[in-house]
Amino acid sequence: MLCDICGKTQATVHLTEIIDEQMTELHLCEGCAKKKGAQMEKHFGLSDLLAGLADIGEQAEVDIDSKLKCPKCGLSYYDFKKSGRFGCGDCYKAFKKNLLPLLKRIHGSTQHIGKTTMPKSHVAKGVPSQLQQLKAKLHRAIEMEEFEEAAKIRDKIKELGKTQRGKK
Amino acid sequence: MKLNDLVKQTSEWLKASGPNSDIVISSRIRLARNLAKYTFTQRASKKQRQDVLRVCKDAISENLFMKGALFLELEGLSNIDKQFLLERHLVSKEHLVGQDSKAVAISEKEIISIMINEEDHLRIQVIQSGLNLNEAWRIIDRIDSDLGTLLNYAFSLDFGFLAACPTNTGTGMRASVMLHLPALVMTKQINRVIQAISKLNLTARGLYGEGTQASGNFFQISNQITLGHAETEVIDNLERIIRQIIGYEQSARKDLQARNRTEIEDRIFRAYGTLKNAHIITSNETVELLSMVRLGVDMGLVKQLNTADINQLFISIQPAHLQRMEKKMLSAHERDVKRAELIRTKLIKK
Repeated sequence: MLCDICGKTQATVHLTEIIDEQMTELHLCEGCAKKKGAQMEKHFGLSDLLAGLADIGEQAEVDIDSKLKCPKCGLSYYDFKKSGRFGCGDCYKAFKKNLLPLLKRIHGSTQHIGKTTMPKSHVAKGVPSQLQQLKAKLHRAIEMEEFEEAAKIRDKIKELGKTQRGKK
Repeated sequence: MKLNDLVKQTSEWLKASGPNSDIVISSRIRLARNLAKYTFTQRASKKQRQDVLRVCKDAISENLFMKGALFLELEGLSNIDKQFLLERHLVSKEHLVGQDSKAVAISEKEIISIMINEEDHLRIQVIQSGLNLNEAWRIIDRIDSDLGTLLNYAFSLDFGFLAACPTNTGTGMRASVMLHLPALVMTKQINRVIQAISKLNLTARGLYGEGTQASGNFFQISNQITLGHAETEVIDNLERIIRQIIGYEQSARKDLQARNRTEIEDRIFRAYGTLKNAHIITSNETVELLSMVRLGVDMGLVKQLNTADINQLFISIQPAHLQRMEKKMLSAHERDVKRAELIRTKLIKK
């Protein structure tokens, strides 16, 4: 099979592209594949896409926001937009305001649901119960000095205790 | 365990022992985790990466699931050995390039692999044969919880497990299923399937994950979203959709057998004949032909072989595997000759 682009050399690279949800196949020689690869990276790098998402509707604030820096690792919001990667866990806190719309666009949500990290004392064998999960969350919230959140979780634990006692 | 032991063994997930192994090759779950104390891999100093490597290695060596595991630091490996690990799906492409202090821990049966200092400090992966996401989750959840008691993960109540890339933040979980869908490709229904799944926040990729093309009618379908849905919910959702796709493939196969029996038998046995007789063959041609033979085995037409034999061949015909087997570097042409030889011995012996 000859290359779809130059039509001269044997095709050794086989690409499947999905454009507008339509799958097309391309058979390329090594030379053309390299050029094509470079082109694709230019246009379709994940970081570019993320940077694109991060920009929408925030044009006016871009200048100020780009100067935002993470106090722990020194990454600027501008760097993040360029690379699409955070420098450390604290970046999430440092860029929180800008991050919320970005996460919303990527995931359709800004709130984690699911597994949590748990302090050793709360790790039971197998799946943790709802109560254990809440206790772990409470522990975390206090550790991170999120007292409002902690109070809400404490209320939930009380509520859960009541219903469980009711069942017995 | 040593790297040489891997060369001799068949990865557990290739043994076609799991549910729906005729259509589903494997189910894989990976979790992205970072340590709160350290800067993420790409931005960390060499010293920090070395510390992360040491701390993670210690934690892994205490893990019950990783008893007798093979621990490899990538810096000490030849390019062929690195490629070999990639071909076996034990490391990602990204893990093979760039910085120092990268390592991988591989459990005895190659069910579990843990990459250290990938884009995230830890990338834990569990692979199961067939459609078995729940078992993969059961295992990975325990490993992760055990490691989490020793390592202080970067975690926030809002955003969950904090990852280097915002597309992984939350659960840090990517669940994916590798499907063999030759009948949907032949009946040209595959585009519709791909269109539909992309609307359900799932993606379809080729054999080697991100950025690879679909070849040999293999498709890897995985979740895209990691924030806002619990792991088990994502897994249930994915599994439900996979079951539907399996149903479509099964009816497309029945349809082909009913309406185009001679044509389909012709394609399968021509592929089988070529593989049994070729003396020079590229990996791409092999994958396409093996795909047809696999279909033949699944449809009960090729009786001399079983699905596990073919699964294993898909892995062992790849460049680094051939070179590891021959214990020397081979040119592309030499590989094509050795590949044909290997296939002939495997298929004719049967």
